[in-house]
Amino acid sequence: MKRGFLILSILTAILLAYALYQALVVAPTDALQGNVYRIIYYHVPSAWTAFLLFFINFVASVQYLARAKPSAQTAAKWIVIGIGVAGAIAAFLPPVQQELNSIGMRPSALATTVLLLPVFYLLLGKLFPGERLDMLAVTSAEVGVVFCTIVLVTGPIWARPVWGIWWAPGDIRLTSTLVLWLIYVSYLLLRRFSNSAQTQMLAAALAVSGALDVPLVYFSIWFFRTQHPQPVIGGGGSMDPRMLHTLLLSWVAFLLFAFLVCWSRFRLEVLRREVEEAYAMESLGEPAGVGSAPSMPLKRSTP
Amino acid sequence: MNSIKFLFAAYIATWVIHGTYLGTLVRRFGRLKKELGDLHTKDKASTV
Repeated sequence: MKRGFLILSILTAILLAYALYQALVVAPTDALQGNVYRIIYYHVPSAWTAFLLFFINFVASVQYLARAKPSAQTAAKWIVIGIGVAGAIAAFLPPVQQELNSIGMRPSALATTVLLLPVFYLLLGKLFPGERLDMLAVTSAEVGVVFCTIVLVTGPIWARPVWGIWWAPGDIRLTSTLVLWLIYVSYLLLRRFSNSAQTQMLAAALAVSGALDVPLVYFSIWFFRTQHPQPVIGGGGSMDPRMLHTLLLSWVAFLLFAFLVCWSRFRLEVLRREVEEAYAMESLGEPAGVGSAPSMPLKRSTP
Repeated sequence: MNSIKFLFAAYIATWVIHGTYLGTLVRRFGRLKKELGDLHTKDKASTV
């Protein structure tokens, strides 16, 4: 395990360095924005990674809530499968196809994305059974907030030389991203400061409602007038192949980096629960590491 | 457009944020390990 982590860390470091070289040296300069456009290679991959992590948090939270009742678990599974199949069929209906074409989106791309939803849902349930779902939820939320913070910091730094302003007040893309960040910060604060036995359930419920902001952030530039530019992929615009290559390379590097950070944060969460269990056992007069912890820790260790 | 300073500011800010977060992870990990070690030591002492 430790060796795998080390090898992956070295690979990620090499890939990040190579992506940085591509971003600063190889990718051509933008005719309109000059060199400052190169912020895209950090801003956009960070945003995509944050969305993915919030999506993982959403799926883990839904499963965690559903596992309270076997009937709810079965219902949730079939609802997700139904959404996947219905969404894939709907993507090829003529009116939807026409609408998608007008915004430069391929129906097959939408169908594939929607079909992946049930696959991902079922896979996550198998890989992270029981309490591990909750551990995954908190891990993905925390790392997602870090990546979303980067989006909110690099965005204004990019906007200042290009738009002439740091922030466009009232712009739906910018505001909804800020709201998304605030929702997940609230989620982490709830988990950090609440001592109730219901904390995990409450946090999962907040995560499920909070995740509804993700599609709003993503699709806001398609459906609303906004200062933010149209998407570089699937938005009908065009991009130099070398730029696109560098952008995708940067995303792969950041995805690997996010995976490593999540791995570390997950291990931290496992350790935190071990400490909680040890405190609980100690208060019961048993040696640490024997038996299982009660549902509410007697002393809450702070991660 | 002379905006290279903005480019570097964005790149540096990204790695400062990542570095700070990784630093907090390492610190939390160390503290929890110590806490768990102390608890095990206390258990051993009480059973002797």
